[in-house]
Amino acid sequence: MTAQTQPGVGAQRRTLVAPALGRRLRQNRILISITGILLALYAIFLIGNPDVFTRFPIYRAFMSTMPFFGIMALSATLVVTLGEIDLSFPSVLGISSYVFGTVFVASGSFALAFVACLAVGAIAGLGNGLLVAKIGIPSIVATIGTMFLWRGLVNVLAEGKGIALVSLRDSAFHGLFVGRLFGEIPAQFLWFVGLAVLFGLIFRRHRFGSHVLYVGDNQDSARMMGINVDRVKIACFVQLGVCAALAGVFLTCEVTYFWSSQGGGFLLTTLAAVFIGGTSVFGGKGTMYGTLIGVLIIGSLEAGIVAIGLTGFYVQFIYGLMIILSVSVYALVLRKGS
Amino acid sequence: MTPDSTLLSLRGVSKSFGKIEALRGVDLDIRSGEIVALVGDNGAGKSTLIKIITGVHRPTTGEIFFKGRRITIHSVRRSRELGIETVYQERALADQQSLWRNIFAGREIAGVLGFMDLKQQRRETERLLREHMGFTSAAIDVDSEVMTLSGGEKQGIAIARALHFDAELIILDEPTMGLSLKETERVLDFVRAITRQGKSAIFIDHNIFHVYDVADRFAILDRGRLVAQFDKSALSRDALIQKMVQLHDQGTLQ
Repeated sequence: MTAQTQPGVGAQRRTLVAPALGRRLRQNRILISITGILLALYAIFLIGNPDVFTRFPIYRAFMSTMPFFGIMALSATLVVTLGEIDLSFPSVLGISSYVFGTVFVASGSFALAFVACLAVGAIAGLGNGLLVAKIGIPSIVATIGTMFLWRGLVNVLAEGKGIALVSLRDSAFHGLFVGRLFGEIPAQFLWFVGLAVLFGLIFRRHRFGSHVLYVGDNQDSARMMGINVDRVKIACFVQLGVCAALAGVFLTCEVTYFWSSQGGGFLLTTLAAVFIGGTSVFGGKGTMYGTLIGVLIIGSLEAGIVAIGLTGFYVQFIYGLMIILSVSVYALVLRKGS
Repeated sequence: MTPDSTLLSLRGVSKSFGKIEALRGVDLDIRSGEIVALVGDNGAGKSTLIKIITGVHRPTTGEIFFKGRRITIHSVRRSRELGIETVYQERALADQQSLWRNIFAGREIAGVLGFMDLKQQRRETERLLREHMGFTSAAIDVDSEVMTLSGGEKQGIAIARALHFDAELIILDEPTMGLSLKETERVLDFVRAITRQGKSAIFIDHNIFHVYDVADRFAILDRGRLVAQFDKSALSRDALIQKMVQLHDQGTLQ
């Protein structure tokens, strides 16, 4: 070592004083940022309207509505981590809910309707997966196609009419899916939390999650390492189709009605939750924790904005602000870190 | 060397792509524990030969023997099962992933339900880094992302990955390309670690100096033919360079 290199070496050594802690902070800087954003948002809500935000009812409302797009956001995190996108899942929610309602009306069996609904979701997801992985269409293009296709099919079949499903309430499954625990806590929220944990485990600790990260990061390398890239991609689209169908079951049960535009409003809020959560659109990077926080942010914005005294007209404006703010923070934090 | 120490034998291997003959009747033996350098100009057939050994291409004619048994290598997966690993240039790592995810990519240690044994994967990665590859820097640990590594360290990880899975023959495809002098030296050290563990390697590099430093034997390819083989003891570095120049200028070693 010459004398000239000494300062550099010294600086390196200084940062190594607590290398484990420093590294852990650096590796989780996005998760720390997003948690900060959520806390800041809730601080604003609490200061802006303490009456509403220190009482339970608003949280009960959040718990009842967040799971519908939250389940799809968790699931879509896998697809986005692959470096792909899916725009068709709201339409898949529509067609599978239609099948759910129709089969339930025809057979009176919740279980049969449920299975048929998830099967439709799986088939729609498989279609997306095959178009992307086997035919080689970019996913944004392929899923614009299937987005119109499935919504179009709903329109053709339902002819614009809804399906009244009040009798769903008579089924024991109804309580299991959307009942209220202790009369207060919406069951769908418990399902959502359970699924969040499951997705987190699959993403971080399961072989499949590791393959998703690896394929999203470097597809060529994944092939060289013997990972079946096509199968990983198809599996990701299939699980999103199934989750869209599952979200459809929750939504249809909650409102006991099917309408033909069902799910349509979820596209951008779902993807916004994924991106606010720090999942990279370039693939290879993402966390379920981030998406969970993203869902909490997106899911509470609308009510929060109104509660602190702004009109509903502000909602979209503030969605936009939140998205731009959070992704800018990540870009800056990541640049500084590297 | 006894004949039974031959790990891989190619006999009369030819490969044509349409009218183009990329390889013509190549006979080549790789013995256990030696590093064979494959040298030759661009288009000499080096990469075609590698792709045949790794199962990317199948030979048009000729036979391949591995540990004395005749085999057909019909896929990359098959060659890996046999114990042939390829270390490509650094593009073979996933940059944003941790070292342990890279080391175990596609071959995770997992239980029946497919959930990985993170502890064991981390421990094994740690052991590979410290014991086999001689990584000492405290700035690198098993959770470091690959993108924080230098080019030479990345090659080290790629080689460590190959060694970990008990590869008997490691193919190094231009491992020093684009690296600084110091980084290159590190990679050559990693390559030497391969023979220390009794494994064999085929080494391809444009730089004759690098090749000469680490290889035990040189196989010279020219326009699809294996024109000469030399042991290092039989050929000085200058003589090797002279032969390469002669081949380039006159198209023959005679």
